[in-house]
Amino acid sequence: MIKQRLVVIGNGMAGARTVEEILARGGDFDITMFGDEPYGNYNRIMLSNVLAGVEDESGIFLNDLNWYADNGITLHAGVRVDRIDRRRRTVHGSDGSETAYDKLVIATGSSAFVPPIKGAHVPGRGYHQGVFVFRTLDDTRAMIRYAREHERAVVIGGGLLGLEAARGLQNHLGHVTLVHAMGHLMNTQLNERAGRTLQATIEQKLGIDVVVDGMTTEILGKHAVTGVKLADRRVIDCDVVVMAAGIRPNSQLAADSGLVVERGVVVDDQMRAAGEDDIYVVGECAQHRGEVYGLVAPLWDQAKVLADHVTGANAAAAYEGSQVSTKLKVAGVDVAAMGLQSPEHEDDELLEFAEPKRGVYKNVIIRDDRLVGATLVGDNSKALALIKAFEKGLPLPEDRAALLFDLGGPAAEESVADMPDDEQVCNCNGVSKGALRSCVDAGCKTVSGVMDKTRAGKGCGTCKPLVQRIVDWANGGEAEEDSAASYYVPGVPMPKPELMDAIRLYELRSVSSVFAKLGGEEDAKSKMGLASLLKMIWGAEYVDERDARFINDRVHANIQRDGTFSVVPQMKGGVTTPANLRRIAEVAERHGVPMVKLTGGQRIDLLGIPKEKLPQIWAELDMPSGYAYAKSFRTVKTCVGSDFCRFGVGDSTALGIAIEERYQGIEGPGKMKLAVTGCPRNCAEAYVKDLGVVAIDGGKWEIYVGGAAGAHVRKGDLLATVGSADEVITLTGRFLQYYRENGNWLERTYAWVPRVGIEKIRAVVVDDAEGIAADLDARMAAAVGAYKDPWKERAEPATPGQFRTSLPLTVLPQVPVRA
Amino acid sequence: MRTLGSVGDIPLGEGRTFAVDGEMIAVFRLRDGSVRALSAVCPHQGGPLADGQIDMKQVVCPLHLYSWDLATGCSLSGQEAVSVYPVRVDNDQLILEM
Ligand code: SRM
Ligand SMILES: Cc1cc2nc3c(=O)[nH]c(=O)nc-3n(C[C@H](O)[C@H](O)[C@H](O)COP(=O)(O)OP(=O)(O)OC[C@H]3O[C@@H](n4cnc5c(N)ncnc54)[C@H](O)[C@@H]3O)c2cc1C
Ligand code: SF4
Ligand code: FES
Repeated sequence: MIKQRLVVIGNGMAGARTVEEILARGGDFDITMFGDEPYGNYNRIMLSNVLAGVEDESGIFLNDLNWYADNGITLHAGVRVDRIDRRRRTVHGSDGSETAYDKLVIATGSSAFVPPIKGAHVPGRGYHQGVFVFRTLDDTRAMIRYAREHERAVVIGGGLLGLEAARGLQNHLGHVTLVHAMGHLMNTQLNERAGRTLQATIEQKLGIDVVVDGMTTEILGKHAVTGVKLADRRVIDCDVVVMAAGIRPNSQLAADSGLVVERGVVVDDQMRAAGEDDIYVVGECAQHRGEVYGLVAPLWDQAKVLADHVTGANAAAAYEGSQVSTKLKVAGVDVAAMGLQSPEHEDDELLEFAEPKRGVYKNVIIRDDRLVGATLVGDNSKALALIKAFEKGLPLPEDRAALLFDLGGPAAEESVADMPDDEQVCNCNGVSKGALRSCVDAGCKTVSGVMDKTRAGKGCGTCKPLVQRIVDWANGGEAEEDSAASYYVPGVPMPKPELMDAIRLYELRSVSSVFAKLGGEEDAKSKMGLASLLKMIWGAEYVDERDARFINDRVHANIQRDGTFSVVPQMKGGVTTPANLRRIAEVAERHGVPMVKLTGGQRIDLLGIPKEKLPQIWAELDMPSGYAYAKSFRTVKTCVGSDFCRFGVGDSTALGIAIEERYQGIEGPGKMKLAVTGCPRNCAEAYVKDLGVVAIDGGKWEIYVGGAAGAHVRKGDLLATVGSADEVITLTGRFLQYYRENGNWLERTYAWVPRVGIEKIRAVVVDDAEGIAADLDARMAAAVGAYKDPWKERAEPATPGQFRTSLPLTVLPQVPVRA
Repeated sequence: MRTLGSVGDIPLGEGRTFAVDGEMIAVFRLRDGSVRALSAVCPHQGGPLADGQIDMKQVVCPLHLYSWDLATGCSLSGQEAVSVYPVRVDNDQLILEM
């Protein structure tokens, strides 16, 4: 028998999922798919994560081209279907092809809606070159490429997509403004109070400017975008514009082909186009019982019904619509919403809780003892339970407050053993409990392994705790530890706190003794991390085995591409003297130093020094090391401050020097770069340092921690505002010590502070909630006391051949000489 | 057979480079006291292998942290192999058989 021909128009999330469901039911078709985009099938919702830089492009593909080949599917990628001939039962592609079908599936999705704004389009050329929409992988790539070379973006539209776009763009350029036409953010999902709470969080926590009630009327700039103009004539300067003002179903093709189209293509409960026996419609282009959806969860259900029906697996299958919930995928900003925003009937029950200072707003709306709406802003801990109660109409607890808060005692969690296998766990990626269980059964025993394989938990992340519990359960108790992930170093199977306990218990003072007692085998890649930890724990009692050190720490300089080294003398707070400058100049001249350069850390770098010359150069310079090589306290950048600057309100230079003087050379899990700036104009970039101090009016100092402006850009969190320089110095030491003791190896403060949480850090460091402040201070004081300038190690080598050349193979220098 | 010098020239757990007939050879002294010799130049981008960190099995190049098996010279990270040379300690002297 000749197989039936199934043609699918649209190779997006709904089209591909429908085919997967058909294959899973053993559907025996000759399948052809058309996709306008030139790729296999990818997870569109993860584009937000790609833009935000938390996911690689390669990680979002669901089915690569092999999948199509393996399943005998003919894929026409990059081919658009222009016309359906219902009479002759053929579809016509943009490549001139004509393909016959017995069954047709339309899954054309939606396109970005671009409001009629003057200047958005350039006649004959499509979008203005600085204007983007956010729908496809190509859109995302183009946006990233362009944003990286520009500085200020305006995102038009303050819904889910606009917020995710704005957050993602911050990863690529410095300044983002979100312009929303309505009175508050996410107005389709949130009521006004929730929207305003969210706005404050977006502005304060993320640093995105938000304009509400802002109707964009024009995009300014002829060749390049220079700004947007609002209806009230306000102009916002920018060089990138992203339109996120909504979506419109791609239903034109269906309409042109004579199908019934209202907002989307009208379908019945079997997902067939109205009045058609052989044409199905699925996903965002479908209109079912008057609803058009803009989220993925409904399409997982639609695809199942469609597959049941077209394969005959269950001819009675019917789709009855979906109860949808939405979550915002912005790290650190929790928002979940479902159903009603506010009560609508007189006897609807409303529970509302607001704590604007913490950015929290929550409500639930109950009708006839069923949940008909809920909003969570700033605290998603109850999201999973509420979504479930909402989607399934579960009975609610008598004590309604339990819907919003965990009321002491262990939360009454439903046993995962009792969940049916087909219950969906991850709505973003459509993963059921059964799929998680089979993944574990197939040998994948860790939570992260299961997440990678099934993609569960990789969308908005809300379901991660449940995924964890299911994987634990499927493993018959506890999931296997994601071993290496939690270890401090790969070669010793222990997380940092345990490792520190063991080191103290067995009094392990050298790296080799740690391997011998705890690791089994010596591991080259773990030595440096262990050396750092032992030195922190034991101070002067540390038994220093030089082979445990990385080359930079063996010779107190930073190795370069040709095996030479760079020499950066200390220059506290970036302040120097004519005499010191003269000395540096003389040494550089005498030795023909290939390059003398001002560093980004406010000091002078002598580059291209052969190893064997290091001791002599240090001796001639006779200055302390600037530690521009180790995982250690590096620099304190300062600005000129109140002594010279007309705006200065604090003596930032003196404080910066004092801090560097005290904490110089202290080692830690990662580099520690600090700054002190004389006023909030922030010329010393203190907001983006591991610890940054800002003088403010009234003789006060603000201390920010966890900032970064390297591979990651993050504004620091305000740790405390204090009244004196002495307090700054004490809190700096205490914070650094707390980080030294708790940060993972190579975990910079920009990762550590958000991981631990600024509230917790503040409680320990500022408020001494755990009563360990004095101990932290004492241990830091001991480390400070043990400081020795490593450049003094020059008269006598510490080991035989410490400074012997390792590679005089090529004639040095290989680096260019810029004298 | 060549004598490179005293084994004491190489600190325990480290490596040093020796020039032998125009060849550069990195000799490592493992923590169990045994020695290994490899070509001194990293096949990746010419890094100085003798400046790398070692354990009983591998040397990690200091420049981009790729690693090589000390016994076989095979890369443990998908790079080209390096040459290995027979080397031993006799009466505290480092002897290279070459
Ligand atoms: C010399 C200097 C560049 C310059 O010419 O100005 C420099 C040079 C190097 N940086 Fe840097 N960084 C220099 C300032 C910075 C700054 C700016 C600052 O300190 O104010 C940053 C951003 C702030 C930060 O640390 O995040 C910076 C972020 C990085 C990073 C990214 C760290 C991150 O986690 O984001 C690395 C890579 C790493 O640490 O793994 C890096 C790594 C390096 C290394 C050490 C690469 C290496 O391992 O060999 C470079 C050494 C080059 C050489 O041949 O000596 N450098 N580097 C600057 C020395 C400052 C100083 O006086 O100590
Ligand atoms: C950045 C972003 C973030 C999102 N985040 C979330 C989220 O967190 N949660 C959530 O639930 N939803 C989210 N969504 C929405 C979700 O991606 C969509 O609901 C889902 O992709 C809809 O699937 P679909 O198959 O109907 O449409 P699509 O995935 O858009 O697929 C349609 C495909 O058909 C192709 N096509 C169209 N016309 C033709 C033609 N004539 N011929 C050939 N091919 C054609 C298109 O090129 C496209 O590839 C997000 C969307 C975006 C853009
Ligand atoms: S930015 Fe890159 S190339 Fe420049 S010094 Fe830093 S690490 Fe080296
Ligand atoms: S030069 Fe050795 S790893 Fe790159």
